[in-house]
Amino acid sequence: MRKVYMDNAATTALAPEVLEQMMPYLTTTFGNPSSVHAFGREARTGIDKARQQVAAALNAEVDEIIFTGCGTESDNTVLLGVAAKYKAKGNHIITTNIEHHAILHTAEYLEKNGCEVTYLPVDQYGRVSAEQVAAAIKDNTILVSIMFANNEVGSIMPIAEIGAVCREKGVLFHTDAVQAVGHVPIDVKAMNIDMLSLSAHKFHGPKGVGALYVRRGIRLPSFVMGGGQEKGRRAGTENTAGVVGLGAAVEMSCAHMEENAKRMTALRNRLMEGIEREIPEVKLNGHRTERLPNNVNYSIRYIEGESILLMLDMNGIAASSGSACTSGSLDPSHVLLALGLDHETAHGSVRLTLGDETTEEDIDYVIDVLKKTAERLRMMSPLYKG
Amino acid sequence: MYTEKVLDHFSNPRNMGEVEGANGIGTVGNAKCGDIMQISLKINDEGIIEDVGFKTFGCGAAIATSSMATEMIKGKSIEEALQLSNSAVVEALEGLPPAKIHCSVLAEEAVKAALEDYYKRKEEAK
Ligand SMILES: Cc1ncc(COP(=O)(O)O)c(C=O)c1O
Repeated sequence: MRKVYMDNAATTALAPEVLEQMMPYLTTTFGNPSSVHAFGREARTGIDKARQQVAAALNAEVDEIIFTGCGTESDNTVLLGVAAKYKAKGNHIITTNIEHHAILHTAEYLEKNGCEVTYLPVDQYGRVSAEQVAAAIKDNTILVSIMFANNEVGSIMPIAEIGAVCREKGVLFHTDAVQAVGHVPIDVKAMNIDMLSLSAHKFHGPKGVGALYVRRGIRLPSFVMGGGQEKGRRAGTENTAGVVGLGAAVEMSCAHMEENAKRMTALRNRLMEGIEREIPEVKLNGHRTERLPNNVNYSIRYIEGESILLMLDMNGIAASSGSACTSGSLDPSHVLLALGLDHETAHGSVRLTLGDETTEEDIDYVIDVLKKTAERLRMMSPLYKG
Repeated sequence: MYTEKVLDHFSNPRNMGEVEGANGIGTVGNAKCGDIMQISLKINDEGIIEDVGFKTFGCGAAIATSSMATEMIKGKSIEEALQLSNSAVVEALEGLPPAKIHCSVLAEEAVKAALEDYYKRKEEAK
């Protein structure tokens, strides 16, 4: 059976070139990067190089990059750190209602602990505007945290405009760029970004390693307390191989970003056209053009997402859904509901996220299987009247 | 996460569709929660379920439990069908993930709703 992996927003395959660069650090170069001897110094070299690679990818300075355990940790560090550090200045945080749970659940925790949080509502495409941000900023606002691109519907936020507003009003601006790094161009200086979270496994790096960019002049408390690693900004012996992999992967992704984005956009559009041509009564979730080059998300009316995924899986296709049955709760995805979808439509969503290895044949195969899946499940559905 | 049995009933559902000439139809659940089950019955004068069909909007477990429930009551008497419990459906499917037990409850309720409809229609015809 043909196997087609279309869940690259969940995670990506480790690139062979990246693994190759990691291998020495999993084997011979095993020293502790904090050790003064040659073993340690060699390991340190790998981390130093990775820091340069990340800084170059973001147009940041080398000392502005902190390695962390994952994207979630980077997000947590910013929200909890800023709230603690700037308590005297204020307690108001602005974010959106479609953030990843790494942000949302942390914001909810902060609300229970004395913070005031504004969740800006997105429009029907999953975007907030810089004007909304400007209007929400108050005297006690200490942080604006808005994702660069959404993981479910792929919408891209006007980050440069939001950055300009925050800089002008003197409010710190963080962006969760976990879905954007390596996929769309980012320049922290030009975009006035003060803090940025990223995660290696979303751009063909290893899992369990992330990074946080913190602009010079901002000092957050260390989220993990202990030794003096990362200049005291994140304790714990470094995941050397992981960090090296992150660096290699970000360099590789950025080097091929333009060509990959072009190729992926063409494939994405082929998939969207195919779905709309072959399956009646579908709804595109997110914006038609202002979306990640690899993200496709549709609601297929009258049928439910988990059964769509099962049937795709039986045909070798890996996808995901915002239905309640896949979110582990009774409600469908908060993102789809925030876009204004009713529950039934949200339950019937399917997300297909393309990767570097996706081919035109894969796309055509997916269209064909999805069409048959929709027909079959609709035949079973009491909501479908033909 | 699903047993072979569940996957089998999901991919080869038994008694799918609406029975022609049904004299009892029950629909339970709602689209908001993500599952709707409809069971239609054709019960003969001896009170035997001659034919049964289901239509389901829902996850794999919802489809599999409806399919299994229809199989378990087909050819049975009304009294026997009324005895159908959700746990018997779960057992017949060789288990369901804890989060999916509610699907089997829905299947039991759909059967009962269809039988209720059958009685109601009979009452009205008198
Ligand atoms: C937008 C966004 N933020 C944060 C995360 C969390 O990243 P990680 O899996 O590295 O903790 C993810 C990935 O699931 C994501 O898509």
